[in-house]
Amino acid sequence: MSDLVIRGGHLLDPAAGVDAPKDIFLKAGRVADIAAPGKLKGTNGAEVIDAAGLTVAPGLIDMHVHLREPGFAHKETIVTGTACAAAGGFTSVAAMPNTRPVNDSPDTVRWMQSPDRGAVVRVFPIAAATRGSKGEAINDYAALKSAGAIAVSDDGLPILKDGIMREALAAAARVGLCVIQHAEDTRMTVGGSMNQGPASFRLGLRGMPAEAEVSIVERDIRLVSELRDARVHLHVAHLSTAGALAAVRQARRNGLRVTCEVAPHHFLLTDEHVGFYNTNAKMCPPLRSAADRDAMIEGILDGVVDAIATDHAPHAQHEKEVEFQNAPNGILGLETALGLSLRWLHKEMKLPMGRIISLLSAQPAALLGMKGRGTLAVGSFADVVIFDPKAEWTYKVTETRSKSKNTPFNDWPMLGKVRWTISEGRIAFTGQA
Amino acid sequence: MTTAAPTLRRQLSTPQAPPSLFPYNPGSLLSVQDLSLDGLNQLLTRATELETMDPVERDRILFKRRVALLFYEPSTRTRTSFELAAKALGADTTLVSNLSSSIDKGESLKDTGLTLRALGAEAIILRHNSSGAAWLLEEATRLPVLNAGDGMHEHPTQALLDLRTILARLRPGVTTVDEKTLEGVTVAIVGDIFHSRVARSDMLLLPRLGASVLLCGPRELLPDLAAKAGPGIEIDRDFANALRRSQAVIMLRIQSERLAGLQLDQDEYRESYQLTGPRLASFAPEAIVLHPGPIIRGLEITAGVADGFQSVILDQVRNGVAIRMAVVERALTTAQKGTRA
Repeated sequence: MSDLVIRGGHLLDPAAGVDAPKDIFLKAGRVADIAAPGKLKGTNGAEVIDAAGLTVAPGLIDMHVHLREPGFAHKETIVTGTACAAAGGFTSVAAMPNTRPVNDSPDTVRWMQSPDRGAVVRVFPIAAATRGSKGEAINDYAALKSAGAIAVSDDGLPILKDGIMREALAAAARVGLCVIQHAEDTRMTVGGSMNQGPASFRLGLRGMPAEAEVSIVERDIRLVSELRDARVHLHVAHLSTAGALAAVRQARRNGLRVTCEVAPHHFLLTDEHVGFYNTNAKMCPPLRSAADRDAMIEGILDGVVDAIATDHAPHAQHEKEVEFQNAPNGILGLETALGLSLRWLHKEMKLPMGRIISLLSAQPAALLGMKGRGTLAVGSFADVVIFDPKAEWTYKVTETRSKSKNTPFNDWPMLGKVRWTISEGRIAFTGQA
Repeated sequence: MTTAAPTLRRQLSTPQAPPSLFPYNPGSLLSVQDLSLDGLNQLLTRATELETMDPVERDRILFKRRVALLFYEPSTRTRTSFELAAKALGADTTLVSNLSSSIDKGESLKDTGLTLRALGAEAIILRHNSSGAAWLLEEATRLPVLNAGDGMHEHPTQALLDLRTILARLRPGVTTVDEKTLEGVTVAIVGDIFHSRVARSDMLLLPRLGASVLLCGPRELLPDLAAKAGPGIEIDRDFANALRRSQAVIMLRIQSERLAGLQLDQDEYRESYQLTGPRLASFAPEAIVLHPGPIIRGLEITAGVADGFQSVILDQVRNGVAIRMAVVERALTTAQKGTRA
């Protein structure tokens, strides 16, 4: 790895409170020095990246992706999934455990992080909270953590039993992990394939009520408050309803450690975007009502939402080209998250760019306890995204690095084009001007 | 971390859903909403012309054209009348059913459609148990697809034949329809609305001609949000009241195959929603009674009412052939004009 100097760019590092022109020296995978433009010293021999007119920010962190390995390599691999991540400006991704086998063992956690997997950005496995993600018996969190697990979750499935969820929260807290809950009362969503509302009735599809999410979030919050342990940390994955957001807001006001993430599709799209059975608009939780969508944006603007996470969930084309009710849940997300967030939250909603970068880096790093990431302070990992903040472009899924093409955002306008993604000092992605 | 409740409500301007590209083929009939009023009038006019045409002359219209019937669910009326309609126009038909084909071996709808196209099918008539299946098939094959019922979603030719039946009785002599043709007419749709594709097509079609639609049934079979499906739709769960207000009553079967575990007390249902002779005589002695079939005599409707003088159920069946002739002709002749890019 050669040393790198990023010259002439505008450093935007919300965690360090920096929003100014700076040159940055990356050495041995770390941030070695930061100085006013032209003032770096001792950088002889380093490769130079000309970042004039570009924004330099901490590498983005997606705390919710599905890399599909092991077990579903026809959908995505760690190679292709991390290539997508790099193209989208992400240098760290937290990979959900709904693989085959389910990632519920230290061996699988280590297997995913092995250099043999060929990841081009850092992969942080999220281990299954319960054995086989069956919701019946919790795993050995200490062993999973020491193998490298960054959190525990049964994503895709909820932990329904009160006793098991309570035990998971308490056990995870003892080893300093958070429990990430896929909040869906599956007893209320049997046969459902989209949000329950006028659109589902019109399309003749069984609906998934918002209440199925709200009730689990409320139940989990009650469990957290009953545990009376400040270390207990509940994180709500892909929150999608106004009701659940209100519950999180209230929990926070009550001083509980309850956090949440929202996916771009939930702050941009509604159940009307299902159109006539577009399976690329099918995911779980489903696209919700306009009121829910508006609530997601308000939650982002007012700070209740802690992170933007994509729920990147590749599925092969033939798997999605089926009857809507039979199609698998999930859409791609890694390549479009930054462009969509800047286009709509920054340009349209006037959310400062630093807030967006923070939601995509410093805040998820803090939630997951990642040390030395989500900031470019001297000594941090050399995880960097360099993007043109003014570039408007159109996303073309035909150019995706993913193995799959399931996105509702094909042909959507984006703002902010990634020019370089640097993962621990290595250039992981170079984009066109 | 801020926890204050939102105080600032900004004008949201996130994107609208894009306009639909369906139908890809102008000959397709996927939904009643695919039809403009002009298109509707053409079909109604053509149905009458074809019905009265010399059979030998009619036989030449689609002589030797190939129409595939692809049926994933059992059907008597719809399948037979589509088949008779296509044959009356001279077309060759072939029936593929899920019980006697490679569908049983796991072939996807897309592959089955492409196979039928490769075999020379020029249009596909599809009955399927999944809502939206007709859209999937049309996108995959780009052939004219006639939706003969998709899951709980739509059954457009049933709505057209219901319309033809209602017009013949309530607006005799009317040959062209417009937004006001059925003004002052209230049509009650009674029973298992939630699982019914007939109800959805009827409630989206009839109000476009000025009719009011009254939905009637228990909450398990008729969710409140059904009233938001479109304009001119209202819910009245009181059967007597609904009957009193209506000039036409469409009775629906409880779709036991789609109840998905829902338990219904049939005695209670009969008590509240069965159309009986006394009910009809007391509350709607002038109304016509429709039923898309199959009828479960003694459940949603008594035998006496089904066979009674207010019943137009067999008219519906006859109208089905006329409407389907017009729809099949449209499928094969519209596509011929080459609007496909």
